[in-house]
Amino acid sequence: MPDESLLAETGAMTSFAGRFFREGFRPRYEVAELLHQCYVVGYQSLPMVGITGFIMGMVLTLQSRPTMAQFGAESWIPVMVGLTIIREMGPIITALIFAGKIGSSIGAELGSMRVTEQIDAMEVSGTNPFKYLVVTRVLATTLMLPVLTVLADAIGLYASYLGLNMRGTTTLALFANNVLSGLSFGDVLPAFIKTYFFGFAIGVIGCYKGYFSDKGTEGVGQAANSAVVVASLVIFLLDLLAVQITGLMGLN
Amino acid sequence: MQPDSIIQEMPRVAAPPGASETVLVVDHVSKSFGENHVLRDFSLALHRGENVVVLGKSGSGKSVLIKCIIGLLAPNAGQITVLGQDVATLDHGAMDRLRAKVGFLFQSNALYDSMTVRDNLLFPLRRHWLDHGPAEEDALVRQALADVGLEHTADMMPAELSGGMRKRIALARTLILRPDIILYDEPTTGLDPVTAREIDHLIREVQQKYRTSALIISHDMSCVRLVADRVVLLVDGRCYAKGTYEELANKLDPKVREFFA
Ligand SMILES: Nc1ncnc2c1ncn2[C@@H]1O[C@H](COP(=O)(O)OP(=O)(O)OP(=O)(O)O)[C@@H](O)[C@H]1O
Ligand SMILES: [Mg+2]
Repeated sequence: MPDESLLAETGAMTSFAGRFFREGFRPRYEVAELLHQCYVVGYQSLPMVGITGFIMGMVLTLQSRPTMAQFGAESWIPVMVGLTIIREMGPIITALIFAGKIGSSIGAELGSMRVTEQIDAMEVSGTNPFKYLVVTRVLATTLMLPVLTVLADAIGLYASYLGLNMRGTTTLALFANNVLSGLSFGDVLPAFIKTYFFGFAIGVIGCYKGYFSDKGTEGVGQAANSAVVVASLVIFLLDLLAVQITGLMGLN
Repeated sequence: MQPDSIIQEMPRVAAPPGASETVLVVDHVSKSFGENHVLRDFSLALHRGENVVVLGKSGSGKSVLIKCIIGLLAPNAGQITVLGQDVATLDHGAMDRLRAKVGFLFQSNALYDSMTVRDNLLFPLRRHWLDHGPAEEDALVRQALADVGLEHTADMMPAELSGGMRKRIALARTLILRPDIILYDEPTTGLDPVTAREIDHLIREVQQKYRTSALIISHDMSCVRLVADRVVLLVDGRCYAKGTYEELANKLDPKVREFFA
């Protein structure tokens, strides 16, 4: 992509996000649609998020075990895995899965609504399509991703506990105690807060791509595809930004 | 510009004498996208109870015209007056109230894929704050579906319907608001000839039953012949010729002949 159009696209997306703040907080509030979207967004990605969370915890534990054993530091596995999952792996993997599942489906859905004039039809039916379609979806992704991340973290940690028990035994209470002893407020809160930004970015990018998708069925596929690609990239960029900010605040 | 008297196959709805109230005026409207001048100084008037067909080639700006009328696009110049209101001057609320009186049948039907036929029909009703009790909603849905002859489809999804049925449902969705004006964007394009004629008859039936005025965009000559009280020929963004179907059919002008040959 040439630099110029990349800049133009970034600008357009930023103003799209700005429009979200301008229009989103003025009535008429689409509460019913927001709840419906939260349900759809959360429910759709639940199985994927659960499975990846489980595998993430299990693999981290099984892979780190031999190395840790070499140093006689097996008892540190819960702390290390806990920190890794909660600070980094949980948020980023959940966000990427979420982008793949929800970002693309929002892009495709709004894209096909644009192409088949459903968005215009809403506009002539007394409805602000930006509020009804975009604001509700962006809010839903922003609110649901943190919830899903917490869930994935929990499942991942439980999988780690199971992984530890495949050789040797720990009790769940001891494991939990170990994990919690290694975590501080500064580990948990920034990681939690950044998931809101990830969710917001996924929603805005998916909606932007779909809302302004090109004519034709090709445009719909493209909207879905580039929603995922751009959202994934932005998630990493935001993550980099987050680590800089927590660094400056002395939380790393 | 007067309503006229003969049409084959279908009875013409004669406007009552002296009652040629105009419901829609497009006055010297121009619309361009960058260097692409789509409409140039286009004018048109629609009287109550009459069907006017805008005839033009693909890409001549027919959809752009109809979207300017309903306020989805803003013209660069000129004035559009719908039911006595200047579209450009309306705020959101007034625009919505006006749109509740103007039905729009989209070229691609624009049925909401995620909703049942029933919810599709109720969407404009509810969104325009025209809330009714459940019993009344039921009756309105049933009536609208009966008008298009598809009573049994209320609980189906749009994906389960054929192209002709979808067109009818889209029409039912505009009828449920009892509009004064209906804008049809190529109602018969993409349908087989038999289904297309059924839609033509439906357009006439609606006109007679509810006394709606209609602006019909088309390049399907059979449709034009059946539904038009008057025809406006759109060429290069301008109103190139107008008159009844017969008047235009008898013109010798080569650009008019292109359509009627
Ligand atoms: N939103 C838009 N932005 C830029 N150009 C547009 C837009 N909408 C329409 N156009 C251009 O306006 C011209 C007329 O388009 P329009 O859709 O009105 O054609 P049409 O007469 O309805 O054709 P068809 O019979 O194929 O539906 C085309 O050249 C199209 O590229
Ligand atoms: Mg068109």
